[in-house]
Amino acid sequence: MQRDVSLVDFILIRQQRKRSLLMNWYWIDRFTLFESGKRAHAVKTITRAESHLRDHFRFHPIAPASLIIEGLAQTAGLMINEATKFDKKVVLGKIPSLTFYDTEIVPGDVLTYEATADYINDEGSMATVAVKRNEELVAEGVLVFAHLGSDFNSKRQFAEGDLEDLVRAYGMYDVGVDADGNPLHDPSL
Amino acid sequence: MATKEEIFSAVQDVLVDSLAVDADEVTPDATLLDDLGAESIDLLEIVFSLEKKFEIKIDRSELIPEDIFTDAQYVVDGRLTPAGLSIIADRLPNANMEVLEQNPMVQNVAKVLTVQSVCDLVEKKLQ
Repeated sequence: MQRDVSLVDFILIRQQRKRSLLMNWYWIDRFTLFESGKRAHAVKTITRAESHLRDHFRFHPIAPASLIIEGLAQTAGLMINEATKFDKKVVLGKIPSLTFYDTEIVPGDVLTYEATADYINDEGSMATVAVKRNEELVAEGVLVFAHLGSDFNSKRQFAEGDLEDLVRAYGMYDVGVDADGNPLHDPSL
Repeated sequence: MATKEEIFSAVQDVLVDSLAVDADEVTPDATLLDDLGAESIDLLEIVFSLEKKFEIKIDRSELIPEDIFTDAQYVVDGRLTPAGLSIIADRLPNANMEVLEQNPMVQNVAKVLTVQSVCDLVEKKLQ
């Protein structure tokens, strides 16, 4: 059965969709180090205000390991995205290994996500990743990304301009350097 | 240079790690996709792991000869011609060509890849 969608519905659906695309993707706070195609460090502060911590768990909030993995994937994935000139959809395809040494990550903890590119080619990439709290190693492993053509299923991974806004908000162009050590150029400037 | 046995043993280690299979399943004639359950993302990881372990560079088209797919001499309407089958057999001498001979569609090409095909490629790269 086909349902008529009013203009107001249409606008609300679009806004909701755009909001979900933006909000669900903030798994790091900002980059603290970014060397094009080589490595990236990002910081993530765990805060009691994060809505998912209300139920994970009530009165004893613990950052879910799955969302820490999302942070690692975003740190490494954006580094690879930049290295491939944002031409491909960089999608986490496989986690060959990932070991957590401590899963008691609580509000107030400041995590550093570290990603080092092992291989990047047209079809995919592999990165070695680590999570540290201060200097303590919390987790380490390897992530494999698939690079899908930008026309894959004719769907964009991000709404128009979102990816550019995201990397800018994360300070990629504030701390980033290219392969020669020169500051990364923000293409919008 | 590594011996054939050393190459097989190292390839076996990579496949056990990447595909979470038992070492005794990784026999020379086992096919990566059908027998060992590899998916395309696994092939990517396997290539990266082999490059790291042996300090070599492997182009995906060397593992799966996808470069012939756009050549009308080898592929017509998504189906391999006799010349296409022949070139795959030449490039992957220890491949299991049965699947392709029964159903020579290009999407089946990756299915011919055996553990021995991978060892052959590594050996060739090390020479």
